[in-house]
Amino acid sequence: MKKQNRFWIAGFSLSIFLAVVVSFYASSSPDGLEKVAEDIGFIETAKESANADGVLADYGVKGVENPRLSTGAAGAIGVVATAGVSTILFLSLRRKNGERK
Amino acid sequence: MHIPDGFIDIPTSLAFAGVAAAGVAISLKGAKSSLDEKTAPLAGLTATFIFAVQMLNFPVAAGTSGHLLGGALAAILVGPWAATLALTVVLLMQGLLFADGGLSAIGLNVFNMSLIGVWCGYGSFLLIKKVLPKKKSSIAVAAFFAGLLSVPAAAAGFVLQYAIGGTATFSVATVLAAMVSTHVLIGIGEGLISALAVGAVMASRSDLVYGYKGVKQVLEVRSQG
Repeated sequence: MKKQNRFWIAGFSLSIFLAVVVSFYASSSPDGLEKVAEDIGFIETAKESANADGVLADYGVKGVENPRLSTGAAGAIGVVATAGVSTILFLSLRRKNGERK
Repeated sequence: MHIPDGFIDIPTSLAFAGVAAAGVAISLKGAKSSLDEKTAPLAGLTATFIFAVQMLNFPVAAGTSGHLLGGALAAILVGPWAATLALTVVLLMQGLLFADGGLSAIGLNVFNMSLIGVWCGYGSFLLIKKVLPKKKSSIAVAAFFAGLLSVPAAAAGFVLQYAIGGTATFSVATVLAAMVSTHVLIGIGEGLISALAVGAVMASRSDLVYGYKGVKQVLEVRSQG
């Protein structure tokens, strides 16, 4: 296998592992901005996102009861979607072999 | 760090969406000349990795968590143009698929994380690299400080937006102090993850690292002179 492919597969596998398995153990405390908004008092001005009822809202798959499974599946979908979209974007932008800068 | 709908009024959100769109358009051009057969797949992988690691909130202080932004990390690995695009793809995925960050706030979030996070991170990386010894291990050290600085800088971006179009009336100074102090703590985590990730790529494929190529070029020029 080419060195380049090996590196890509290792990085992709690590991303899948982090998003599917490790994500379950992530802290559920509010993040920096949310905490500041709570402490100061402007958290109430937040509106629910228009797609808050989406199938994948808040990194869970709607209808999947098991939290570990729900977060893991959402993570896998996110990683595959991000990899797909960004790889297509960057491959279409790149200079082809022999093309000058 | 992902701003929900409602914090910032619509006119301000639209104005920042305009600035964000301009930044992305310029980055599309810039990325064309900086990406080749070898680095384009790495740019996709960088976006993917950042998406995954952004899911991993780590605790910072009493009842607060933070997660990687990845702007500095991406800029060091694939250059600031491709990094701006990588972060934008991540933010679009998060907003559209996972309802993380408001839809009306996407421009605000792209401005803070894809523009400020990436370019502040990259600028500090270049400056710090200059004062460190010209060797391989300095790249990861510079990545730590660049990551550390990029987070409070992005947080200050939110404060700017709040000052212009915040829907609440609390004083800007109060919000600034709270945002910066909280995000310096999160920045330490950002710095550590950035240094680890850059260090790992440097150890296995340093030829792919955008921020390291500069070092080699400097050495080449000197050896010829």
